Amino acid sequence: MDVLMLSRLQFAAATMFHFLFVPLTLGLSVLIACMETAYVRTGDETYKRMAKFWGKLFLINFTLGVVTGITLEFQFGTNWSRYSAYVGDIFGSLLAIEATAAFFLESTFIGVWHFGWDKLSPRAHAIAAWLVAGAGNLSAVWILIANGFMQNPMGYVLRNGRAELTDFMAVIGNPWAWNQFVHVVSASFCVAAFFLMGISAWHLLRKQDSEFFQRSFRLGLYTGLIATAVVVGQGHLHGNLVAKVQPVKLAAMEAHWETRTNAPMYLLQIPDEKGEKNLLEALPVPGLLSFLAYNDVNAQVMGLRDVPAADRPPVTVTFLAFRAMVGIGTLMPLLMLFGFLKRRDIAQYPLYLKAMVWAMPLPYLGIQAGWVLAEVGRQPWIVYGLMRTSDAVSPIVTSQVAVSLAAMVLLYTLLGAAGAYLLVTAARKGPADA
Amino acid sequence: MLESIWFMLWGVLWAAYFVLDGFDLGIGTLMPFLARNDYEKRVMYNAGGPFWDGNEVWLLSAGGVTFAAFPLAYATMFSGLYSALMLLLFALILRGVSFEFRGKVDNDTWRGVWDACQTLGSFLPALLLGVAFANLFKGLPLNEQHVNTGGLLDLLNPYGLLGGVFFVAMFCHHGALWLAIRATGDLQDRARAAAAKLWPAVLVLVLAFLAYTYAHTQLFGNYLKNPHLFLVLAAAVAGLLMARVYLAQGQLWKAWGGSAVFIACTALFGVVGLYPSLLISTLNPAWSLTIMNSASSPLTLKIMLGVALVFVPLVIGYQAWALMTFSKPISSEHDLEY
Ligand code: HDD
Ligand code: HEM
Ligand code: HEM
Repeated sequence: MDVLMLSRLQFAAATMFHFLFVPLTLGLSVLIACMETAYVRTGDETYKRMAKFWGKLFLINFTLGVVTGITLEFQFGTNWSRYSAYVGDIFGSLLAIEATAAFFLESTFIGVWHFGWDKLSPRAHAIAAWLVAGAGNLSAVWILIANGFMQNPMGYVLRNGRAELTDFMAVIGNPWAWNQFVHVVSASFCVAAFFLMGISAWHLLRKQDSEFFQRSFRLGLYTGLIATAVVVGQGHLHGNLVAKVQPVKLAAMEAHWETRTNAPMYLLQIPDEKGEKNLLEALPVPGLLSFLAYNDVNAQVMGLRDVPAADRPPVTVTFLAFRAMVGIGTLMPLLMLFGFLKRRDIAQYPLYLKAMVWAMPLPYLGIQAGWVLAEVGRQPWIVYGLMRTSDAVSPIVTSQVAVSLAAMVLLYTLLGAAGAYLLVTAARKGPADA
Repeated sequence: MLESIWFMLWGVLWAAYFVLDGFDLGIGTLMPFLARNDYEKRVMYNAGGPFWDGNEVWLLSAGGVTFAAFPLAYATMFSGLYSALMLLLFALILRGVSFEFRGKVDNDTWRGVWDACQTLGSFLPALLLGVAFANLFKGLPLNEQHVNTGGLLDLLNPYGLLGGVFFVAMFCHHGALWLAIRATGDLQDRARAAAAKLWPAVLVLVLAFLAYTYAHTQLFGNYLKNPHLFLVLAAAVAGLLMARVYLAQGQLWKAWGGSAVFIACTALFGVVGLYPSLLISTLNPAWSLTIMNSASSPLTLKIMLGVALVFVPLVIGYQAWALMTFSKPISSEHDLEY
């Protein structure tokens, strides 16, 4: 394997691992801040115990998110130096703003929050929780504006052999970035909701601390009800934008080979990338693809065969990732809906509670699939239409990257295993001493 | 002009990082030498516990600002120092995790593993940062395409290693002073004694480093041209003296402040000496990266300056508040979170 392939693998490993922890941080931080606010408002000790118990899990997850983020910040320089030099004028400033405006706030006040239970008034402590939650979500804004630039570059001009900033407002107003923001944050709230509901369900099944876990379960349920609706509903608008800006990605998502009007969507489909066709197309829903992409059943949808093979992303991966995400996006709202209908006597449905324990990984899978779709589907471009990934890689020695990739995978696997073990142990133990 | 302002800001961010993360890296490095039992180890974790993450973000902003203001320098520096940087990042990962994980399982082996991670993850970054900065002062063998033609082992030249050892000693001294502020009883006494013992070592190392720098690099060029600049060095020396005098008087906060001034001015001394170069090519001066040939567009520099002027003072404000509020002496089990 060459430096390019190894660097891609390393970037994918590092970001995907980082993004195992980020979503829970984004969602749960807000929910914990809500618990603390409820405690300040009502003085009900259960809310405080909730904040402490979920906060303990939050901290384990948060630490892993932080340490894996550090690698990412420097990877653009280490592995993608040509990219960094080419678009640093725009992209670099967004990363720097993220650090100064959001990371400082988040990381300073997580210390305050963690060490402040006895040193601050409940109100001040709740404010620290809100600052952590706000700063985390603010960091998401900036990093997604950065990613939005790679997906849909704007506000620049090519000058002095690089992309230079001409319109900062255009960069931060990029509709792609804001679509991503809503989609990613609502997906993150799905993660937090399933996390709360899954762990609560486990305890409810064992009839431990019922009042505590019923309340947690309900908070997860209402959060999840809204979040799943938003992620799916807004996902459709996101798809519209993809169709407009990156028609090749859209075609790859659907393994759509022939340009045609009134394009159907096949519920069952097996793409054959080499043969530039599908091995199996069954159960068509007429016009659905045209409708999803352009809100018009008769619209014309471009097919992959109209694009030179060198400009196509890996079709199978993109297609499967999209299917997985949409499948999960169908299942999750149904689970929420059932919970909502039976919310009054949820303890009477042990099968549902068991299902919710096992459903905890679902939104994680959806999120990982979503990112694979967004990033693999953008290939062969690192900045869409502007710079190819193969032109972006650093002029470094293959062995360096091979060694760092191997070390990273080993290190992350061990950390991930240790983190998972701690999370499971703490979650099972419950709020006994919280 | 904008480029020069950004160059100085770049130096200030690094200086702030060394001052702030310096103390918790120092404490981590000293742990096996100062802590006699599990309780004392926990005190050492908690001494830096509320701050390590906030401190580390100064590294991220120093990196981020290099990217934003001098993208070509960011690209060259971090791809050129690939292996050293990866080692630094992995070490910082282990250190960060050890804070949160160590106390979560009641098992001596488990704790031992994370203690090793904490110490190694503190010592290595201190060493590597020293090695890296010494090599930046000296210059790297950059070719015409700004590619570093040297490898990891080339960084470990005598001058680089001296820089590394100097950084380790400087951070350990700084950390011992911070620990003295936060610990009580025996551990506090040991921390004070360690600071007192480390002080002469730091003094000898800084003098050796300066002498070597004078003989071996161009860093003094700016100073000889404009002797007023020697004030930076004078401030560094004053800070170091202050640290010792106040320690003897038992005024720990002031001693720590002296050490902070010493570290900040040492870093700034190097940065001022580099100006206007960011990365010196030892092969051909024309292949060096300077603030002129690697800066971002004026528009980006202007926007980023606005961002920095708003947020950096704000950050300093709330971090100073947090530092004051959470630095009371740790006197019992009850004060421990980790
Ligand atoms: C949607 C949001 C999002 C996305 C797409 C990313 N991150 Fe992230 N990142 C976060 C949201 C986040 C967060 C939720 O804000 C974290 C998790 C834990 C934390 O402290 O902040 C975080 C942590 C975090 C940290 C550590 C900050 C600290 O020490 O407090 C760094 C340096 C990065 N990230 C950098 C990146 C880079 C360079 C990314 C691009 C590839 C990236 N993140 C993707
Ligand atoms: C955090 C969630 C993210 C995940 C899980 C993710 C996932 C991936 C994956 C799977 C790849 C490999 C694609 C391939 O090589 O075929 C990749 C590449 C890449 N992504 Fe992301 N990505 C994420 C966020 C981002 C963000 C926010 C940015 C920019 C700010 C970004 C920038 C890049 C770059 C520079 C590459 C390497 C070049 C490339 O292969 O395109 N990614 N990412
Ligand atoms: C069925 C409804 C859904 C639709 C129509 C949909 C649509 C989309 C589209 C079109 C993209 C690609 C955008 C791009 O290329 O950048 C995307 C990305 C993504 N999706 Fe979904 N999605 C749905 C459900 C979900 C679910 C349930 C999750 C997770 C819980 C999720 C998480 C993500 C993530 C993390 C990304 C990458 C970030 C981004 O590009 O916004 N999606 N989604």
